[in-house]
Amino acid sequence: MAAGIRTNELRKVYNTAPPLAAGGGGFAFAEKRSKGKQPKPEIVALNGISLDIRPGEIFCLLGPNGAGKSTTVGVLTTRVRPTAGQAWIGEHDVWKEQSAVKRLIGVVAQRPNLDFSLTAREILAFHGAYFGLGSQERNNRAASLLERFKLTDRADQIVRGFSGGMMQRLSIARAMMHDPQVLFLDEPSAGLDPQTRLLLWEIIREYNRSGKTVLLTTHNMEEADALCQRLAIVDHGRIIALGTPTELKASVPGGYLLRLRFGQHSPDLLQRFQALSGVREVRATENNGADLYADRGGSLVSEVANLALAANIELCDVHISEPSLENLFLHHTGRSLRE
Amino acid sequence: MNYKAFMAMLARDVRVARRNIVALLFQTFLQPLMFVFIFGRVMVGSGYMPPSYKSLLLPGIMALSMVGTGIWAVAMPLIGEFQFTREIEDRLLAPMDISWVAIEKVVAGTLQALAAGLMVIPFAWLLLRPGVDLSLHRPILFAIVALLVAVFSACGGLALGCSVEQTHIGLMFSLVVAPMIFFGCTYYPWSALDKFPVMQKIVLVNPLVYASEGLRATLVPQFPHLSLLAVFVALFGFNALFLTVGLRQFHKKAVS
Repeated sequence: MAAGIRTNELRKVYNTAPPLAAGGGGFAFAEKRSKGKQPKPEIVALNGISLDIRPGEIFCLLGPNGAGKSTTVGVLTTRVRPTAGQAWIGEHDVWKEQSAVKRLIGVVAQRPNLDFSLTAREILAFHGAYFGLGSQERNNRAASLLERFKLTDRADQIVRGFSGGMMQRLSIARAMMHDPQVLFLDEPSAGLDPQTRLLLWEIIREYNRSGKTVLLTTHNMEEADALCQRLAIVDHGRIIALGTPTELKASVPGGYLLRLRFGQHSPDLLQRFQALSGVREVRATENNGADLYADRGGSLVSEVANLALAANIELCDVHISEPSLENLFLHHTGRSLRE
Repeated sequence: MNYKAFMAMLARDVRVARRNIVALLFQTFLQPLMFVFIFGRVMVGSGYMPPSYKSLLLPGIMALSMVGTGIWAVAMPLIGEFQFTREIEDRLLAPMDISWVAIEKVVAGTLQALAAGLMVIPFAWLLLRPGVDLSLHRPILFAIVALLVAVFSACGGLALGCSVEQTHIGLMFSLVVAPMIFFGCTYYPWSALDKFPVMQKIVLVNPLVYASEGLRATLVPQFPHLSLLAVFVALFGFNALFLTVGLRQFHKKAVS
């Protein structure tokens, strides 16, 4: 039976520096003693996240570093205690029925957190044993996962000497070992070469086809676009947009984005752009720049250049983006995902 | 509690211990046996110590080996596994309450401490003989004391391991473990402190005193020792205290 994921107004406020990938792997910061009456600094990691992820869906949380993606995954996987709000996996409340929830989920943390005292095969076999698999079953499953993730030739070596990509593959294999109903992948393709990334995407799709729910986080739009049925864009601990990739891309006025930069700032010129056919929205940006949201791209450039020339203002830079999630993020936040 | 997951974690610790068996043996026995050799053999053989010191020393060495092993076996892996690599994460995600992950560590540490204590006796006896006068008249009491000492060492390891950062391991040994050993009545009986009455009272906060004195009371009762009742009450109390503190600290480290 496939299980969905629900959260209701999740909030998480850290009093100390949050772990690097909350719950996934982090530096243990030495607590700083606050002197006298100085209040501890508070970091709001989640600021009211409500999600309803359907059973059998591949859902993606897209956002820049520090947006709250890993903290959301941490709360849903019992590793981070929310300050307020609730979360459910299937019918189980994550904080009241932890063992039942842990049985349903498989987790791939942002940083490989493998057991460095064991070999690759042992890591899978012991993981299976923690979930009560019989010896025959876990050995068979470990062997087939090692094969699937192309790790068979290193299966009996201690993982300390593995490369980053191998560790990442093994982490994913381990999360699948007990055949969980819901798979969490926190930035799964970070550090993977393009070939392995494609292998991983294929494995995720295949896993999903067997009716499993997948929640993955990424700051890579290509990945979100290629894999997800629905996605939520997260920034500063809030969901700023939610829908299918196509819906979300269509929600950007026009779809195309022209990022322009001029020699000097001229509100008058920007006003004139607004009148060009196909231009839906014009926004002034930093450094004498302007963002034009429009339903066409390249053909606008000559018209923009002519208007600038007529106003005797130098056009320094033009960048055209086709409809993309990047444009969407920019439209909602005024910032690029890569910034 | 999930019995299967718990046993699987224990099996994992056995596998890792077996893989590191040689290092583990050196780590456990080298230092206590060198001590036995110098103090029991060289000092007694050359006449600086009375021959009876051999028998007095042995229970103390046993306590020291057990406590050292238990603390090390629980604290060091925990400190490492909670660090940057978060190796413990997979076990925290096993389908059982995370307190059991900590308790499994305590059980594994207790077993290692018991093994160390039982193995150090024949080794030390071989090094010291002749002239070691051990009497096991009360085997059940001895077994209870040994078990309490082993549990104490593992619970102490849990409390320390979850309270100390990796950068402070050296400090932990010089500030906590070393004073505990030297003021732990391992190399001398508690009654030897009669001439230092203030110190004699202060060392009573040191759980190792009860461990050494308890083993002395059950292995070499011919020497003066603390009453077994005091030993039982104190060790039981320390075990409960360290387990409570250890579990609380473990939760703090495990869930952010």
